[in-house]
Amino acid sequence: MKSAIVLFPGINRESDMARALEMASGRAPEIVWHKETELPDVDLIVIPGGFSYGDYLRCGAIAARSPIMRDVVAKAEAGVTTLGVCNGFQVLTETGLLPGALMRNADLKFVCRDVHLRVETTGTRFTGGYEEGQVIRVPVAHGDGNYFADEDTLDRLEGDGRVVFRYCDADGNAGSRANPNGSVRDIAGILNARGNVLGLMPHPEDHIEPAQGSTDGFGIFMSVVAALETA
Amino acid sequence: MIPNDIKITPELVAEHGLKPDEYQRVLDLIGREPTFTELGIFSAMWNEHCSYKSSKLWLKTLPVEGPQVIQGPGENAGIVDIGDGLAVAFKMESHNHPSFIEPYQGATTGVGGILRDVFTMGARPIAALNALRFGDPEHPKTRHLVAGVVAGIGGYGNSFGVPTVGGEVNFHPRYNGNILVNAFAAGIIRTDSIFYAAASGVGNPIVYLGSKTGRDGIHGATMASAEFGGDAEEKRPTVQVGDPFSEKLLLEACLELMKTDAVIAIQDMGAAGLTCSAVEMGAKGGLGVELDLDHVPCREEAMTAYEMMLSESQERMLMVLRPGKEAIARAIFEKWDLDFAIIGKTIEPKRFIVKRHGDVMADLPIMELGDEAPVYDRPWVPTAPAAPIDPADIPLPASIADTLMTLMGSPDLCSRRWIWEQYDHLILGNTHQRPGGDAAVVRVEEGPKGLAFTLDVTPRYCEADPVEGGKQAVAEAWRNLTAVGATPLAVTDCLNFGSPERPEIMGQLVGCITGMAEACTALAFPVVSGNVSLYNETSGEAILPTPAIGGVGLLDDFTRSASIAFKADGEAILLFGETRGHLGRSIYLREIQGREDGPPPPVDLAVEKRHGDFVRRLITQDRVSAVHDCADGGLIVTLAEMALAGDRGAEISAIPGELPAHAALFGEDQARYVVTCPAETADQLLADAEKVGVPAMRLGTTGGATLTISGHDPIYLETLRSCHEGWIPDYMADWIED
Repeated sequence: MKSAIVLFPGINRESDMARALEMASGRAPEIVWHKETELPDVDLIVIPGGFSYGDYLRCGAIAARSPIMRDVVAKAEAGVTTLGVCNGFQVLTETGLLPGALMRNADLKFVCRDVHLRVETTGTRFTGGYEEGQVIRVPVAHGDGNYFADEDTLDRLEGDGRVVFRYCDADGNAGSRANPNGSVRDIAGILNARGNVLGLMPHPEDHIEPAQGSTDGFGIFMSVVAALETA
Repeated sequence: MIPNDIKITPELVAEHGLKPDEYQRVLDLIGREPTFTELGIFSAMWNEHCSYKSSKLWLKTLPVEGPQVIQGPGENAGIVDIGDGLAVAFKMESHNHPSFIEPYQGATTGVGGILRDVFTMGARPIAALNALRFGDPEHPKTRHLVAGVVAGIGGYGNSFGVPTVGGEVNFHPRYNGNILVNAFAAGIIRTDSIFYAAASGVGNPIVYLGSKTGRDGIHGATMASAEFGGDAEEKRPTVQVGDPFSEKLLLEACLELMKTDAVIAIQDMGAAGLTCSAVEMGAKGGLGVELDLDHVPCREEAMTAYEMMLSESQERMLMVLRPGKEAIARAIFEKWDLDFAIIGKTIEPKRFIVKRHGDVMADLPIMELGDEAPVYDRPWVPTAPAAPIDPADIPLPASIADTLMTLMGSPDLCSRRWIWEQYDHLILGNTHQRPGGDAAVVRVEEGPKGLAFTLDVTPRYCEADPVEGGKQAVAEAWRNLTAVGATPLAVTDCLNFGSPERPEIMGQLVGCITGMAEACTALAFPVVSGNVSLYNETSGEAILPTPAIGGVGLLDDFTRSASIAFKADGEAILLFGETRGHLGRSIYLREIQGREDGPPPPVDLAVEKRHGDFVRRLITQDRVSAVHDCADGGLIVTLAEMALAGDRGAEISAIPGELPAHAALFGEDQARYVVTCPAETADQLLADAEKVGVPAMRLGTTGGATLTISGHDPIYLETLRSCHEGWIPDYMADWIED
């Protein structure tokens, strides 16, 4: 599997992401600078976490208008597998590739802690390696992860099986105490209609080795590799 | 002779923080009246913050050498060898005065400054920590300061992309008028690729990089070199504004440029901005510097030479480039959208010449600006020894369980989770031991080596006995590194005190440095970098003497580090070290009896070393499953923290004997560690301890939902946890920022 990481100024989790991609696929990802206008020929496009442009406007808003993004959007719309994590998820919503928006956390504070996620569907190229309903532990680290969309959009996401991850407790129960940011319906990650673009706030790339306290996040990368290499 | 357009009056001199005799020194040195710009330059170079004029004589007594030390004090950061061609660069610095005036920006720029110190040397930052001291929780400003400082540290570090992995926090009324914000950073550097500040070669271009210069922070270092009166708020314009986004770009651009051979010397613009960085680069290289300020990128219009020389705008660097390499450097900085401007050159005469609009605004002897700064041997008086306390004179608590609950839910001992969850402590994917343990453990690159970091000082001990307190601060840092299994390498320090012009405060400084020097020598734990912050006092009341120690240790294999959590039921709990029941200056005495008296627990450095080396060996040999040193609150607090971290209780059947229960359980005797091990190996561990002269006893066994001390009521972990976790969130919830 060939992958590319899109790098905007202020992105800061690119090395964490590169490590996860290399461990899963055996190949180091290409790093594509935001001033480029064309992506290399890859199977997976990744927008990692960080503070693109300092998050000085709405998170992800400036990055979404970077030169490289025209090609990212075109390739994603043409079906290339695309993953946005944290700031990357915010960028994807700002481009319109994913519906909804990420608002300031409900308690207005940055939060870094391990959370539990329930895998709501295994029928995606990002989650094929998990069990349906499996609870995984991965960290969050964000100030603006409060997912919001209107009721119709939410109903459509749920109806289409596009809510991929939901915040829950260790036993798999969703509810306000397990939700770190106030996201509507405890949504942590969603898919686009075509099923090739995933955005999520938590950082699976930081839970891939026992040294990090958990390897639960590695399943996403292994799932993508399995889906793309057998495709 | 340079014409003076602004008259230099005694009032103007005083406003620049220069005493009459210091001004006379200026006149003698240059043989004429200084210009306004020159007066500003002297004020920037000769203030306490930049010149260390009150502490220099005493700092020289600290041990700074060791086979592991590559760079000791005097550079942007200390550097210590960790093998495999790698080294760790680290330093701690204060940002106390600005953080009190404007907590968010004061804290952000403190973090930004220390990160810049580390990457200026060519190191990529891998960890940040912070030591914070706030006033009485009930003081009306405290919540505002806690909220602002924590948000500021997070706001900068999270965006820059360095994990904030640990630190310490205290509350005490003596910090009501002067909080302490001490920021630590560490980075990894290749030993064959270290960058220094000393310029070389005549006629080489001096290049300005990073953000533009504005009017923020003018006189910041001078402000930080004076005590506060009632007008602290009015000093807000002297506080700089942080921009972590620009700093992240500056980091990447600098490290990219350092991979080429373009850089001769590099110095960040920190305190006293362009003045201090340019003078240091020239003076360290034995060269003069000529700057043409017309080329300095400015954020505001019509800035004067004076303003530009004294601005403390953040995220700026100065470099001396190899001639002919300007294009390479410019391309890299333009790629990162940063300013790049050639603003001067190195010159042969040892002068510091500053031009603006074609006029010479300053022409000063560059070596003397630093070297001839006043140095004071200030009068000092030793702190009078505190009268000892007999535990028999201190009332026993009605209930050990209730007392433990009170302590674990008190401001100084409660969980700091509310704070560190606002810091990204996981970014870079190398955090192995997270905040909340004895020391943070961070993997070095792909491992197996790891580095351990801790910040420590017990100000109430330093207040009672500066020498013992200074020793204890070093010993505790050494012990915390040991408790995770690391070999202590070296320390950085941040010496926070009141006004050195008062002999009793100077006595605290002298005493603490004396104790630190003794401990650093005995433990082979040299000081490689540091910072001094004096004049932390308001309207005549000084802070507690607070010499914060940042300790760094090395693990050959980070996966074998020890942590504080009980790991399994049915394991033996052992105590190493002697318990004498020392209650003087203890948390028990303060929180339960409302007394802050008595001497601090004495530190025997030979005993420290013997006990610590023994425990570290047990960890290396995988013979212990959990380790925690005994510190604030004593033995029972140690056990409670281990139980909460492991979410399992313990049955304590024996406590150190021949002592009243409160002395045994809450006494703060030093050089002690609690460990757990499989029950069947306990006897062998006790026997091995005895062989090397380490007092040891079995306390009990892990397991259950309570911490039960034989003969006392059981303490339910869930209740204990809610006390421990609840205090800060409840405290901060009672408040809305207006």
